[in-house]
Amino acid sequence: MSAVAIEGVWKFFGDYPALRDVSFGVDSGACLALLGRNGAGKTTLLRILAGLSRTSKGRITVLNEDARAEITRRRIGVLGHGIGVYEELSALENLLLFARLYGMENPDRTANEWLARTGLERVRDGLVREFSRGMRQRLAVARAFLHQPKLLLLDEPFTALDDRAIKVLQDLLKGALADGSTIIMSTHQLREALELATDVALINRGKLAFRGARTREMLEDPSWLYRNYGEA
Amino acid sequence: MKFLRQVFAITAKDLRSEVRSKDTVNASLSFALVILLLFSFAFDPSSDQIREIAGGLLWLVFAFAGTLILNRSFARELVNDCLDALIASPVSGAQLYLGKCIANYALLLIVETVCLPVFAVFYNVRLPRSLVLLFVVMLLGTWGITVIGTLFSAMTVNLRLRELMLPTLIYPMLIPALMGAIQLSTVLIAGDPVGADNEIWFRVLVAFDLIFTILAVGLVEIVLVG
Repeated sequence: MSAVAIEGVWKFFGDYPALRDVSFGVDSGACLALLGRNGAGKTTLLRILAGLSRTSKGRITVLNEDARAEITRRRIGVLGHGIGVYEELSALENLLLFARLYGMENPDRTANEWLARTGLERVRDGLVREFSRGMRQRLAVARAFLHQPKLLLLDEPFTALDDRAIKVLQDLLKGALADGSTIIMSTHQLREALELATDVALINRGKLAFRGARTREMLEDPSWLYRNYGEA
Repeated sequence: MKFLRQVFAITAKDLRSEVRSKDTVNASLSFALVILLLFSFAFDPSSDQIREIAGGLLWLVFAFAGTLILNRSFARELVNDCLDALIASPVSGAQLYLGKCIANYALLLIVETVCLPVFAVFYNVRLPRSLVLLFVVMLLGTWGITVIGTLFSAMTVNLRLRELMLPTLIYPMLIPALMGAIQLSTVLIAGDPVGADNEIWFRVLVAFDLIFTILAVGLVEIVLVG
């Protein structure tokens, strides 16, 4: 069953086409590494899938619904470039806010559970503005995962993470895959991404240059894809 | 109920952030008090002229100070890309907008409530016996400023010159609401009864608030996502 279907998608910023006729699908339970150079269109595509932006042309179906449908957003977890948590709120208040927005039945229990899972229970009442970078990142991970999403959209998830946050995120991603969730992540850290990925898509200047299963040779030589399908 | 719970979650978040940082209310209140002080030098507080322009002065201060609060409303969401996290959540644009409107409304009313007695002292104006009626005008006029200002705050959030763009865009839109609020406030501060000829301004204020609330709720999803 397809978790994401992208059909003939174009996205223009003014006259500039950031995405050009991109079409592919992602099966449920797959982990897709979305690769490409800077400016290739990875973030634009992820933003459209997350319902943060609309296509200029073409059609996108996410979990068999429109990307902006409420039921779809309830089942998507997004971790973008920004951490998406409030500086003036405590760690607990941040997670409580998002637990309420996602309509969790027991926001207090959910928030405290995720503070424990990300090792932040000791600082639950501390304001985020006083947190270290690593603590903020772990809180962001908790924010993206707390409603147990069926589809995870991660934009450069390993960038600027400290060792502990990388471990937390990798464990959560493996757990999510084991639970049958689908993951789409854009990344420049090929080795970490390809270790987890079951599928690979390469975008080059807004066009889909490669789409297929992750193979052993990609894992042994992560730059193989760029050499064969990317820009010189 | 779920709709309102999520709206109030946004409101509570904004108010809690403001209580902790105090940056918006402090800036807005200081600005309002400085304008009141400066205007008091420009006009003779003992003259009858002051009673004729009292409503205008008051609402000019409210509108100027209000834009400082409204400007920050969506801009504060840019830190850490919180706006994306909110838009990606199952909260509709209407819920996000209404949650922010209520928070902005509360902050604006706090600033206005502090300014009102200061205005009375600086301008030697006796607050009217029908103070309740003046508060009703403040509630209606302020909601008008809030609904327009919050929508345009969302529209201009990604603009480099948003501090300039927001007042430039909202003041012309606010003319009917400000005219109504100014007219009624002037009459009430002068201690005159609100006659049949001024009742029309109440209707203008109510109609303005209703029409623009409905329009904004309908349009905000397009403003936020495109």
